[in-house]
Amino acid sequence: MGEYVIKLPDVGEGVAEAEIVEWEVAIGDVVQEDMVLAAVMTDKATVEIPSPVDGRVIWLGAEPGDIMSVGAPIIRLEVSGEGNVSASDKAAKGSEAEVLIAKAAKAAKDVAAEEKAKASIAPVSAKAETTAPASAFVADVRTKVTIEKPAASQARRTVSGPTRAEGEKPLASPSVRKRAKEAGVDLRQVPGTGPAGRISHEDLDAYFDGSTITTQSGGGLQANTSVTDIKVVGLRRKIAEKMSISKSRIPHITIVEEVDMTALEELRGTLNKSKSDDKPKLTLLPFLMRSLVKAVGEQPALNAIFDDEAGVVHQYGGVHIGMAAQTPNGLVVPVIKHAEARDIWGCAAEVNRLATAAKTGTATREELGGSTITITSLGPLGAIATTPVINHPEVAIIGVNKMAIRPMWDGTTFVPRKMMNISASFDHRVIDGWDAAVFVQKIKSLLESPAMIFMEG
Amino acid sequence: MKEIKTKLLIIGAGPGGYICAIRAGQLGIDTVIIEAGKPGGTCLNVGCIPSKALIHAAEEFEKAVHFSGDNALGISASAPKINLKKTLEWKNGIVSRLNSGVAGLLKKHGVKTVEGWAKFRDGKTVAVETPTGTQVIRAEYIVIATGSAPIELPFLPFGGRVISSTEALSLNEVPAKLAVVGGGYIGLELGIAYAKLGSEVTVVEAAKAVLPLYDKDLIRPVTKRMKELGIKVLTGAKAKGLSSKGDALLVENGSGKDVKIPADKILVTVGRKPVTEGWGLEEIDLFMEGRFIRINDRCETSMRGIYAIGDVTGEPMLAHRAMAQGEMVAELITGEKRSWDKVCIPAVCFTDPEIVTAGLSPDEARARGYEIKSDLFPLQANGRAMSMEREEGFVRIVARADNHLVLGIQAVGSGVSELSASFALALEMGARLEDIAATIHAHPTQSEALQEAALRTLGHALHI
Repeated sequence: MGEYVIKLPDVGEGVAEAEIVEWEVAIGDVVQEDMVLAAVMTDKATVEIPSPVDGRVIWLGAEPGDIMSVGAPIIRLEVSGEGNVSASDKAAKGSEAEVLIAKAAKAAKDVAAEEKAKASIAPVSAKAETTAPASAFVADVRTKVTIEKPAASQARRTVSGPTRAEGEKPLASPSVRKRAKEAGVDLRQVPGTGPAGRISHEDLDAYFDGSTITTQSGGGLQANTSVTDIKVVGLRRKIAEKMSISKSRIPHITIVEEVDMTALEELRGTLNKSKSDDKPKLTLLPFLMRSLVKAVGEQPALNAIFDDEAGVVHQYGGVHIGMAAQTPNGLVVPVIKHAEARDIWGCAAEVNRLATAAKTGTATREELGGSTITITSLGPLGAIATTPVINHPEVAIIGVNKMAIRPMWDGTTFVPRKMMNISASFDHRVIDGWDAAVFVQKIKSLLESPAMIFMEG
Repeated sequence: MKEIKTKLLIIGAGPGGYICAIRAGQLGIDTVIIEAGKPGGTCLNVGCIPSKALIHAAEEFEKAVHFSGDNALGISASAPKINLKKTLEWKNGIVSRLNSGVAGLLKKHGVKTVEGWAKFRDGKTVAVETPTGTQVIRAEYIVIATGSAPIELPFLPFGGRVISSTEALSLNEVPAKLAVVGGGYIGLELGIAYAKLGSEVTVVEAAKAVLPLYDKDLIRPVTKRMKELGIKVLTGAKAKGLSSKGDALLVENGSGKDVKIPADKILVTVGRKPVTEGWGLEEIDLFMEGRFIRINDRCETSMRGIYAIGDVTGEPMLAHRAMAQGEMVAELITGEKRSWDKVCIPAVCFTDPEIVTAGLSPDEARARGYEIKSDLFPLQANGRAMSMEREEGFVRIVARADNHLVLGIQAVGSGVSELSASFALALEMGARLEDIAATIHAHPTQSEALQEAALRTLGHALHI
């Protein structure tokens, strides 16, 4: 019998580390070659680690949520015949491994208890339609976007005591009161099981044990003091990290402008009515995308990535527009590559395709990265104004708010116009307020006179 | 004099102050206590203790008088006489024994006592006028326990025939005619005592009834007994001042007529006021609540590090409240977590018969929105009361109708003051009617009336 160590493989795109999202096996499980052992998450895609050999799991090297660096051992298998571990390696790692086995066993149990809410695992082959930068696939991993539910610790048991009317003093003997006081416990939070709801020392013990956490505040309403711990893992952790980076590193400047959308809406209505059936229905987004293409043509500084560590702004010729999309698990940003090379219908088709892929979890890593500027829209929930958070390391993001018919003064009378605000944020380190304002005005004028979107030159 | 630095300084060695000091000493806190008079405060020197001594003497004398006449017990005795001077010596003996007892306890616990009148210089510094000069004391924490004093009526200033409770406890002879202005518990306790000692007593009360803080049922046995003792009670009456000769009290009676009540002594007991003057309150400018110093549930005043306890902080002005506060404050200063969480402060009125109240009366409970069950057990049906020839009075329980939690217990009767302990204990422990009903009460004692009152409230009293 030998021991076979599986190390975290290089999952591509020069990724140095990945998060263990879920173990598919537990210690003691017998696995066969190609069976999926674990799911790990890199930038925004989840990668499955298959077993290269037959064997039995004897050690798991991380708990879900742990970040492991590429090349770190993550699983040990007991295999028939020679393993890939030398005797000296074993001796050195023996004691450490034992500790970890115990830890991993616990973790594995927790994982087993978790609800698995994975979407169907459909390997997606990346068909890059364009010349977008695509990374090479690692031979022994399959890529998918998983939809996983964060681990929710089981809510603690609650026991309700007899009712205590609002504002009523808790009933307890002086020694119980003193003990509670010294422990910093508010007796109003402690259910009493004694006669007339009297709180006994046992009730206090139970409260300290945490086995009862319900409070009675009367009026039939109960204070809910439960705390549910939700481990921030997977996509949610990625989102959290990205947002922290954006907000802590980028000094945002946000500009809100109102746009008269009446003309564009008329045009959009006409186009949708007269379009042939094989063409997608047009939403506002393709128009906005084309406007962005136009606007950044004049201001290429906005279609850029700021590598602040190297002190370099990479201005891109191609306009790769990130489209912030809500999925059941959180925010993902599929990217419409080379929007400058797509007409309005092409943009619309790509938006539809990527939105579906993101929602069903079938978007590829390539489709979820590589943007140079981002659009965010909350649709009908869009509010009056928002303060969009820049999709780091980009330098600009444009948000569309809710459209509404408002009375506008045309010089002689009020007329009903379809008004919509746009909220755009810029990285103030590299974009000056003036340039930001010029950009927003350009977008505004394009949207208000949609013919301009289609004019060349 | 060299400045004293201490952790805790207590101003006033009454029951609140000295208990605070003893507890602080036990806890190892460097403590200084300042007192201008003798340790023990009003309670020990001119309040609770001496008045109970006088009341006891009066009771014994009255019994002797009773036995000199026809009596059920068949005792014959010759007409008794009382040498009040001797009585006072005995009473003073008790007081001084307790004075030295308190002083000894303070010393035993390492508390330094400074004799003199304290005055704040600022929130951390107090200057004491001692017999040997000014002593400045700096303290980290200061507890104000200055107590209270009898209220003086402007038209009946103390002096001459007009006396306060303090003087009433040190009269060399029994006044033939005693007028009592104010029919609260202090006036009635002393008025009844002097009536038993032979004074002709008239009580003048502005309210509709004496003991206005108690309900009718509790007062009735007392007013009946006062009548037996020949005490005249003028209710709805206003004292107006002394007659021109100074030998009578002018009173506007309940029907608006001016009457003259001849009196050798006029005892004014219209209440007590907090002592908030003369010790430099103006230097520290604490928040007040009416005449009292405002405190929170930890006896903290509006100034950090300054606490106030006892009568100076408000009603009820009772020694045992001050003691509990003093104990709590000492523990707070050592860093313990404490707050005022008492369910009840029992109160005893040492009239004849005595009245005990703990918790809520039926009316108070209803006023707080409780649906209640309440019943009483008359001492008439209690064997021990009968055997002591004191059958008047009762024990009454007030409980919540829904869960039978006891909200209040009251009693009136001879010697019922000793029942106050079990009343307070039941309330503090959160007893239900069933708990009291199921507790064996020793027979034959008056305490059985408590168990029976609980049983009766539950609907199945055994002895009635």
